[in-house]
Amino acid sequence: MRRIFDFHGGIHPPENKRQSLTGNIQHAGIPGILVIPLSQHVGAPSEPLVAAGDRVLGGQCIAAPKGLVSVPQHAPTSGRVVAIEERAIAHPSGFLAPCVVIEPDGDDEWVELQEAQDYRSEATTLLLDRIRNAGIAGMGGAGFPCAVKLAPEKAIETLIINGTECEPYITADDILMRERAAEIVSGALILQHILSPAETLIGVEDNKPDSIAALTAAAEGSGLEIVTFPTKYPSGGEKQLIEILTGKQVPSGGLPADVGIVCQNVGTAVAVHDAIVSGRPLVSRVTTVTGEAAARPGNFEVLLGTPMDYLLELAGYDASSNRRLIMGGPMMGFTVPDASVPVVKTTNCLLVPTEAELPTPPPAQACIRCGMCAEACPASLLPQQLFWFAQGKELEKLESHNLFDCIECGACSFVCPSNIPLVQYYRASKADIRQQRSDQAKSDHSRERFEARQARLEREEQEKAQKRAARKKAAEQRAAAAAENGQEEDPIQAAIERAKAKKAAQASAAGTESPQDKLEKAVISTRKRLEKAQTKLAEAEAAGADHIEALKTGVEKTRSKLATAEKALADFLAESAPATEPESADPAQAAIDRARKAREAEAAQSPQERARIQLEKLQQRLQKSEQRLNAALAGGEEDKIVEALSASVDRLKEKVADAESATMATEEG
Amino acid sequence: MLTLLLDQPLLAALAALVSLGLAFGALLGFAAVRFRTEGNPIIDQINEVLPQTQCGQCGYPGCRPYAEAIANNDEAINKCPPGGEAGIHALADLLDMEAIPLDEEHGEENVVAIAYIREAECIGCTKCIQACPVDAILGAAKQMHTVIASECTGCDLCVEPCPVDCIDMIPQEESLQTWHWQLPDPVSREIEIIASDTDRDRAA
Repeated sequence: MRRIFDFHGGIHPPENKRQSLTGNIQHAGIPGILVIPLSQHVGAPSEPLVAAGDRVLGGQCIAAPKGLVSVPQHAPTSGRVVAIEERAIAHPSGFLAPCVVIEPDGDDEWVELQEAQDYRSEATTLLLDRIRNAGIAGMGGAGFPCAVKLAPEKAIETLIINGTECEPYITADDILMRERAAEIVSGALILQHILSPAETLIGVEDNKPDSIAALTAAAEGSGLEIVTFPTKYPSGGEKQLIEILTGKQVPSGGLPADVGIVCQNVGTAVAVHDAIVSGRPLVSRVTTVTGEAAARPGNFEVLLGTPMDYLLELAGYDASSNRRLIMGGPMMGFTVPDASVPVVKTTNCLLVPTEAELPTPPPAQACIRCGMCAEACPASLLPQQLFWFAQGKELEKLESHNLFDCIECGACSFVCPSNIPLVQYYRASKADIRQQRSDQAKSDHSRERFEARQARLEREEQEKAQKRAARKKAAEQRAAAAAENGQEEDPIQAAIERAKAKKAAQASAAGTESPQDKLEKAVISTRKRLEKAQTKLAEAEAAGADHIEALKTGVEKTRSKLATAEKALADFLAESAPATEPESADPAQAAIDRARKAREAEAAQSPQERARIQLEKLQQRLQKSEQRLNAALAGGEEDKIVEALSASVDRLKEKVADAESATMATEEG
Repeated sequence: MLTLLLDQPLLAALAALVSLGLAFGALLGFAAVRFRTEGNPIIDQINEVLPQTQCGQCGYPGCRPYAEAIANNDEAINKCPPGGEAGIHALADLLDMEAIPLDEEHGEENVVAIAYIREAECIGCTKCIQACPVDAILGAAKQMHTVIASECTGCDLCVEPCPVDCIDMIPQEESLQTWHWQLPDPVSREIEIIASDTDRDRAA
């Protein structure tokens, strides 16, 4: 006889299991609609492979896994995909989530299933692929992708098949063990083949004698060991069961694989058997419907995606006497926001209690530090201490008191004489800590990016400074070289020459195009652009687009560009034309032309410019007159001449003053 | 020498103390040079706590300058709206100060928002790219720009420089992925946890 260990704490709540164990597993049949959530498991949601309107067959993969920790989803029966949309799912938040909605056609036509003759001859990786492709996620309630657990890094000593089912009311695993013991044993042997552990144990609580008998019979000669142990909640918890069966404790924050153990639920074993032996993906599960609001409680083999209200109807559900619909058991389950949400891979139980059966807890009283919660805690934590820290939001202390080892079993809340909803505090605090960690990670990332950016800007600035310094040095060297050669180099002259050389280089690079050709080309291309912009504008106006304004300004801009291009061409032609004309033939005519041109140019000038030019001219004249006057004074000219000159200087001064004021006036105006 | 020291115990004690003093002095002097801390470590610690949005709502050009001001100039710790109450508590713990309420003058603690560029309206001016402190905006001159949502800190700094006002700050709403349990309301009797199977009389 194997030695059985015990774990710390635990409670003995009323079991309430016999209500749903009156009959066998009933087939729930095909409902009118199936809603398959893309996320029925722990990890990344899967990605849909079908579109609305597609016909799907039973067992067809309708969503592919995304990433390693993810599972695919399959169509539970043949039908038509009605929609892929957000639907209410069984989640305490009540949020919607993407689902594939299938309308079954009732034919239940299936894809061809690939049966394995002898899995023992196949490679482990192939078997793992088939388990992964069958969409198996942990059926005990957590929904962790099965294939991920089956590929541990360390060698496995013990494989444990969990048939404990310690939570009150739930009997889905119990009935499975009674009716499908052979399949459980077969699934366990497949898992054993994959993991090749030293021993494989099936753990069952001693309150399920029928199951124990069935399993013992089925496992005869297979080498599997059925281990029974006293009933206590929560011995079905993974870490607790491991301690009961092996005496080993999973380290804080670690996985069972760290101590060489893998734990799988009996439901998962059946799913693995189906996937490997008959090639059937996971499209249905056994779900308990129980509680006093259900007239015919029992266990149902139900297609995944079946709306809960359909299933409840089969169990004779009376909505009026039911206070709340619970998915899972009374200890760890949660209230489902709406009875129309679908059954998923982790739905082991639907509990529909009456108010008398599961009364609303009385209001929480103050903690009296009685310590009963610490005695009940199966993870050996200090629940009342955690409660204080959670109230004070002392997240660091919560972590140092191992909050993350809490399995949220609810034993502490169950025994609390003050009715404090302790687990709810822990759940919220865990979420807060995770939030804080992710915020911290994000802020570290932002800081890195910010510092990288600062470093880059600084580097660019330095590079610029270096370039400037290099240019300055080169200029100094040139100046020094010029000084050595004995010629004083004028820096401005040098710059002009450099610019000239650059221009010449550009001109030669641009080819032999004459300036006139260039200007003509510019005019033509601008005209084309204008035409294009105008047609676009017309189209936009016809279509009533909202960027008409932007297009209009574009057209205006192009038009003005065309005008300048045309003017430049005209100017160029006008300039080059006199050069070809026999200008010297008639100097008088040329002078007249020049004057006319000057007049025209003047007319084109703005009033400010005209005033300024006038002023400059006057100033020049004034300067000349003053010089002449000075020369006359110095040369000792006649008084008359000096007088006349000084009078003209005065006149000019007045005129300059007038012109100045006029210029100011025009500029201000 | 030895005999002299043995004869003169006062001298011997003096010599021993002086040599010890010199030896340890040299050791400490070496350690001070060898293990010199670069900068003020408290600034780094404060900077760690700040949310690194680089938003400048505190009045300093980034989180580090604010951290420096807190460390060196006794700046108040309640000027960081993105950090919120939790940030103030963390700073108060770190600096062993009283936690004070957030200074409303510098803004309110809002839901984290992510910048979004309405791409049809973007003219490709690169002004937002230059304003972004964490290089979260992608684009080039006269090309459409877009925000890399996973890198955006929601600092708001790109909104103001945009000449065509095509940047929206979209608050990140709670989704199925971000939802989590809340602390129970001590007054309410609507309690989620159902570990209340207390009808002991009906035990099976």
